[in-house]
Amino acid sequence: MSARLRWRKFVSGFMLTMTGVCAFVAVSALFLILGYLVYHGGISISWNFFTKLPVPVGETGGGMANAIVGSGKLLLLATLFGVPIGFLGAIYLAEFSGGTTAFIVRYAADLLNGVPSIVVGIFAYAVAVLPFKHFSTLAGGFALGLMMIPITLRSTEEFLRSVPKELREGAMALGASKWKTIATVIVPAAYRGILTAILLAFARVAGETAPLLFTAFGNEFWSQGWNQPTASLPAKIYAYALSPYDDWHRQAWAGGLVLLGLILVINIVARGILSRGISVSRT
Amino acid sequence: MATPTATVPSAGPLVGSRSFLAKLREGDEIARLITFLFAASVVLLTVLLVYELWIGSSLPRHKFGFNFFRTSVWDPIFDQFGALPFIYGTVVTAAVALILAVPLGIGAAIFLAELAPARLSDTLEFFIDLLAAVPSVIYGLLGVFVVVPLMRSYIQPALKSTLGFLPLFQGPAYGVGFLTAGMVLAIMVIPYIISVSREVLLSVPRDQREAALSLGATRWESTWKVVVPFARGGIFGSIFLALARALGETIAVAMVIGNQPIIKASLFSSGYSIAAVIANELTEATSNLHYQSLIELGLVLFLLTFILNGLARILIVATSQKGSAVGNA
Amino acid sequence: MKRISAGLAVALGFAGLLWADSPLSINGAGATFPNPIYSKWFDEYHKKFSTIQINYQSQGSGAGIKQVTEGTVDFGASDGPMNEEQLKAYQDKHGSGILHFPTVLGAVVPTYNIPSVSAELNFTPEALAGIFLGKITKWNDPAIADVNKGVTLPAEDIVVVHRADGSGTTYCWTDYLSKVSEEWKTKVGKGTSVNWPVGLGGKGNEGVTGTLKNTPDSIGYVELIYAESNKIPYGNVKNAAGVFVKASLASVTAAAAGAAKEMPDDFRVSITNAPGKAVYPISTFTWLLIPEKFTDSAKRDAIKGFLKWALADGQSYAEALSYAKLPKEVVAKEVKAINKIQ
Repeated sequence: MSARLRWRKFVSGFMLTMTGVCAFVAVSALFLILGYLVYHGGISISWNFFTKLPVPVGETGGGMANAIVGSGKLLLLATLFGVPIGFLGAIYLAEFSGGTTAFIVRYAADLLNGVPSIVVGIFAYAVAVLPFKHFSTLAGGFALGLMMIPITLRSTEEFLRSVPKELREGAMALGASKWKTIATVIVPAAYRGILTAILLAFARVAGETAPLLFTAFGNEFWSQGWNQPTASLPAKIYAYALSPYDDWHRQAWAGGLVLLGLILVINIVARGILSRGISVSRT
Repeated sequence: MATPTATVPSAGPLVGSRSFLAKLREGDEIARLITFLFAASVVLLTVLLVYELWIGSSLPRHKFGFNFFRTSVWDPIFDQFGALPFIYGTVVTAAVALILAVPLGIGAAIFLAELAPARLSDTLEFFIDLLAAVPSVIYGLLGVFVVVPLMRSYIQPALKSTLGFLPLFQGPAYGVGFLTAGMVLAIMVIPYIISVSREVLLSVPRDQREAALSLGATRWESTWKVVVPFARGGIFGSIFLALARALGETIAVAMVIGNQPIIKASLFSSGYSIAAVIANELTEATSNLHYQSLIELGLVLFLLTFILNGLARILIVATSQKGSAVGNA
Repeated sequence: MKRISAGLAVALGFAGLLWADSPLSINGAGATFPNPIYSKWFDEYHKKFSTIQINYQSQGSGAGIKQVTEGTVDFGASDGPMNEEQLKAYQDKHGSGILHFPTVLGAVVPTYNIPSVSAELNFTPEALAGIFLGKITKWNDPAIADVNKGVTLPAEDIVVVHRADGSGTTYCWTDYLSKVSEEWKTKVGKGTSVNWPVGLGGKGNEGVTGTLKNTPDSIGYVELIYAESNKIPYGNVKNAAGVFVKASLASVTAAAAGAAKEMPDDFRVSITNAPGKAVYPISTFTWLLIPEKFTDSAKRDAIKGFLKWALADGQSYAEALSYAKLPKEVVAKEVKAINKIQ
C-alpha cells in the first residue's frame, strides 16, 4: 500500500513536472523566435533599410522604405474601413438590438472571423480588383479592413456590455436620451477595452501577407496615390525570403525584425492600456 | 412603439415636455438606424463573400462534380483539376501539427491553470498571447532559414535511422515537406490551445478539485481524473480552433511544404496544401476552369474552417456554462 | 543631422505621395527569368526619365498572361508566347489584340548532381525525354552511357527535379521535349506548368537549384544564369544537326539567327531545336505582352518610348547579366511593330 502510494506520488510529481516543461517549451518558442530575429535582423538592419527604395534584382543595397510606407497606408485604410463598421455595429448589438437581428449579425461576424485569410484574398480580388481593372492600395486596405471588422465588433460589444447597469440607469434617470447615454457614459466607460480591441485587431492584420498578394500586389517604387499597387512589409519579406540572393535574405530578416517589433509593441501597449484600466476602476 | 404614445395622453401636464421627449426619441431612432446600417453591412459583406465563392466556382462544380474531390490530377494544360492532393496535404500537415501541439499545449495549460501561482500564470499567459500574435510570414521566414536546414541535416536523418522501418519516415530528406510544414504549424497553433484550455480549466469549480483531494487523490490524479474530464469539451473546442487555424494557414506552409501536388505516405515527401496552391496559382491561372477550380478550393477551405469553428464555439461555451452552473449550485 | 534630414525626406516623401504631382505609374507582371534585366531596365529608365515609373512584379509567365488579359496590369511578360486560345480570350475581352515583343534571349540547361562524376555530360534528346518521362531510371542506362564514353556513371536511381510553379522555364523545356519526343507531346505536352510524370518540385529557379544541390544523383533544368551564378554543372545537349553543344551566349545567339530571318509578324516563334551546327537547342526569346490599344494615351506613349529604348540602349545591359542580345533583324522588325500600338 505504501509502495503504491509512493508510486502514485511519484507519478503525480513526474507528470506535474512535465506540464511545467511543456509550458517552458511553449514560452521559450517566443524567445527563440525573438532571439533569431533580433540576431539576424539586428546585423542586417541599417538606416538605408528605412530610407531607400529596393534596387534591381541581384544588386546589393537598397531598402524597404516604400514597403514600410505602403504597409502604413494599407493599415490606415484598413482601420478607416474596419473600425467604424466594427465599432458602430457593436453599439447596435449591445444597445439597440435583441433577438434575431443580433443573432444574425453575431453569427455573420463569427463566420467572418473564421474565414482563412487566403479566402479573404480571393474575395477581395474578385470584388475590389477585377471590376476596377487594377491592383491597388485600396483593394489591399479593403481586404485587411474586412479582417478587422469581426475582431473589433465582438470585443467592443463585450466591453460595452460589461459597463455596469447603474451607470446606464443613472444617466437615463437624469433624462438623457439613449444615444446621449451611449455617447457620454457608456462608450467613455468602456473606451480602454475598445481601444485595446482595436489595437489588437490592428496588430493582427499588420502581419497578414496572404490577402495582399492578390490585392496590393507589389511595387518597386513609391506607390503613387491610393489607386496604384503598393509594396508592403509582409509581402516584401515573403518575396525576399524565397529569392536566391543573400542580400535580399538579409533584408528579409531586417524586415521581419521591424514587423515583429511593431506587432509586439502594439500588443504590449494594448494589454497595458487594458490592465491599467482595470486597476484604475478597482481603486 | 405605438404603446407608449397611447399611454402618454393620460398624463396631461406632461404635454409640453412630451414633444421634447419625442424629439429625443427621434435622435435615438437615428442612432439606432445608423448603427443598424453598420451592423447590417457586416451581414451583407459576409453574404457577399459566400456568394462570390459559390458563383465563382460554378464551372468546375458542373464539370467535375464530386470527382473534383476524388481525383488527384492537377493539370493546367489539359484542363483537368482534381483536389485530392491538396486536401491530403492540408489534412496531413494539420494532423502532424495537432499530434505535436496537443500534448504540449494541454500540458502547458494544465501547468498554467493548476500549478503555477496566479502571478506566474498571468505572466506566462502574456507571453503565450504574444506568441499568438507573431505573423505567419515570420514563421515562414524562420521555417525557410532555420527549420528546413535543421530538418534536412539532423532531424530527418535521425528519424530515418531510428524509425525508418515505418513508411512515414522513408525517402530522401529534402528538408521541406509534410513533416516540416506540420512542425511549423504546430508552433503556430500551440498558443491557441494553451490560451483557450487554460481559460476552460480555470472555469472548473474549485470544489471539484477539493472533493477529489479530500478523497485521497494525489494532485495529478485530481487534475487528470477530475478537472480535465470536467473541462474536456472546452479542451476539444480549443483543439478544433487550432485545427481550423492550421487548415487555413497559407504563407508559412507555402514556404516550407515543397509545393508539389502528390500523395505520398512518407512525411519527408514534399506536398501541397489548399491554401498554398491558391496563393501560388490564383494570379497565374490563365484558363477560366483553372481559376474557378482554385476558387472552389477556397470554398472547400471556407466550409471546413466554418464547421470546425462552429463546433469549437459550441464546445467551449457549453463547458464554461457547465462550470458556472455547477459553481453556482 | 544626416539622419534627421533623411527622416524628414521620408516624411516629405510620404506627404508627397498624397499631394504631389506624381509621376506616371505603369504596372506590369510576368516571367521571373528576365526579372534581373527587367528590373535593371526599369530602374535605369526611371533614373533617366523620372516622370515615368514602371513597376514590374515577377510572378511567373502564367501570371503575366492572366493579369494582362484581365486588364489588371498595363503589360505582361512571358517566356512562352500566348497560345491561340489565350489570344482569343484576350480579343474577346478587349475587342483588340495583344502584341508580342521579344526583349532578350536565354537558354534552359540540364543540370545534375552526381557525386561520383565530375566530367561534363552529354545528353541526347531521347535521353532527356526518357529521364523526364520516368522511363530511364538509372544513371548507367545505355541511353546516357553510350554518349558519355570514358565517364563511369553510377548504377544509381535518377532523381528528377522540376519546377513546381507556373514558369516560362518549364514552357521552354517542355516545348523542346514535345518537339523531340512524340510520347512527351501526347502524354505531357507543353506549357508553363504541366502534370509531371515523375520527380520533385522546387519553387522557382532557386528552389530547383537548392533541391539539386541537396539531392545526390539528381537531374533538373534551370535557366543558364542560375546554373552559372550557383556554380552547378550543366550538360551539353545534342542539337538537330547532331552536334553536342554547350549553352552559351554564342550558341543561344546562333539559335536566334535562323528565326531572325523568318520571324513571323507577330513574333510568336519557338527557337527550340533550331537547325544549325552551332545552335544550342533549348533556347528561347522572352517577350513583353503589350496591348494593341490603350485608352490612356500617356501610358501608351510611355510604353512606346520605353520599348524603343529597350531595343536600342537597353540591349547593352544584356550580356553582363548572361542574356543574349536580340539579332539586328529582329530589332529592326520590332521597331516597326511599335507603331501598331495605338
